[in-house]
Amino acid sequence: MKRLPVNLLIGAALVLLVIGAAALSLIWTPHDYTEMNIRGKFGPPSELHWLGTDQLGRDVVSQLMAAARNSMAVALAAVLIGGSIGTALGLLASAIGGWVEDLVMRIADIGFAFPALLFAIMLAAVFGPSLTNAILAISFINIPVFARVARASANQIWTREYVTAAQAAGLTRAAISRDHILPNIAAPIIVQATIEFAVAILAEAALSYLGLGAQPPAPSWGRMLSEAQTLMYLAPQLAIYPGLCIVTAVLGFGLLGDGLRDVTDPRLVRER
Amino acid sequence: MTALVEAKSVSRHYRMPRNHLLRAPEMLTAVDSASFTLNRGETLGVVGESGSGKSTLARMVMAFEAPDSGEIRFDGTDIHALGASDLRRMRQRFQMIFQDPFGSLDPRRKIGWSIAEPLRVTQSEAPSHKTAEALEQVGLRAADADKYPHEFSGGQRQRIAIARAIVTRPDLIVADEAVSALDVSVQAQILNLLMDLQDELGLAMLFISHDLAVVASICDQLLVMQHGKTLEYGAATQILNAPAHPYTKSLLTAAGA
Repeated sequence: MKRLPVNLLIGAALVLLVIGAAALSLIWTPHDYTEMNIRGKFGPPSELHWLGTDQLGRDVVSQLMAAARNSMAVALAAVLIGGSIGTALGLLASAIGGWVEDLVMRIADIGFAFPALLFAIMLAAVFGPSLTNAILAISFINIPVFARVARASANQIWTREYVTAAQAAGLTRAAISRDHILPNIAAPIIVQATIEFAVAILAEAALSYLGLGAQPPAPSWGRMLSEAQTLMYLAPQLAIYPGLCIVTAVLGFGLLGDGLRDVTDPRLVRER
Repeated sequence: MTALVEAKSVSRHYRMPRNHLLRAPEMLTAVDSASFTLNRGETLGVVGESGSGKSTLARMVMAFEAPDSGEIRFDGTDIHALGASDLRRMRQRFQMIFQDPFGSLDPRRKIGWSIAEPLRVTQSEAPSHKTAEALEQVGLRAADADKYPHEFSGGQRQRIAIARAIVTRPDLIVADEAVSALDVSVQAQILNLLMDLQDELGLAMLFISHDLAVVASICDQLLVMQHGKTLEYGAATQILNAPAHPYTKSLLTAAGA
């Protein structure tokens, strides 16, 4: 049994913690996260409120858990949408080649160069700030990332003899992409998806911080952070808790992605 | 009776990478007007060192790339003039075996799936008895269909690749350095298998190799290539017994004949 890399284990533990909290919030939180109690505002940690209460007397733990759920949902949707479109474009570029490949990759370069936050602000200006627009914006910035990874990996697979054998058998390039290319580039795509998950969590927090993501009363780490900012001297813990959550989630998915890459990278594991 | 494969002065050029901004890129002649005729059930050996154009010739016979001039007829049809879907259907009749037994099978697919792949091009549901039959014809067991490539040795994988090549009952098999990556003892087994299958199924073979000793044992005709040019073409026994070209003689010496 080979030993798993440390970053993979730590990353997996952090990710499990965040996903566990998010999943638990679907069925249970210590309190209703919208329940206000002005008289109990800025409450210290207690048996009733484990991390205390905020400026409106809402339970901080409950808000953090519900925000985790929100954050995971946004990141999942954005990575799935952006990842599917990007991977499909990369496969297409690689299968057709020639000027089509050049065109797709140059467009991807342009998308790559476009600042994500700027694009989100533009979307918000045109369509109004909402969680859906935040998801669309984050999806969009994921497309070129996945297109590049998919195309680069697919180009490698296209040179394999089993692909030539499939061509000799009379398969179309679309059928080869489906039967041989996609299954064999799944590993790098999954690694990239894990890393992009971390990026998406950070992007969601940033957008919500700017007021372009989750709208009240939907809880979000980014919005909790911005609301706590004005109270930094009065109650610094209200900014520290969501900050720690963001760090935990981003670090967790980042380490997990790195660890998965270490495990699956053929250059590191050539032991047949 | 028409010949199964007929190549008429086939040439193929490649553009070299441009090494001067203002000068036109140099052209490399990979194959220079090669001609041959291959009849049903016979074997043509194409011999030459690497870079001699023999693999390019094989790729053109397989219709992976088109010649710049000349034509290749398969059973009377110019395969490079066929439309894409007609060519795909025609491909059932000529299959290929590759050099690297580790690279020619998709590592993520069971070998039964890989062997049935050519069948699925023309029929949606590939009958499993054909896969089983092909496996048994190459000396493996029908039950092996459920295993993955990494569970087999190099020689066994080459047998699997052969099973995939014969499953559609083709008329022609193009073998590009099909035994070069194998141990000498395994080489002999695979060559014997190919000869047995040839008798059994009436296959014609285009056998590409850099090793004259390998080719000599199984070919009816020989085509010796160097730098894209055909040096000798004729009956194998004649060329082996009385090589006309000094290059062929040197190949014979290298092969220890």
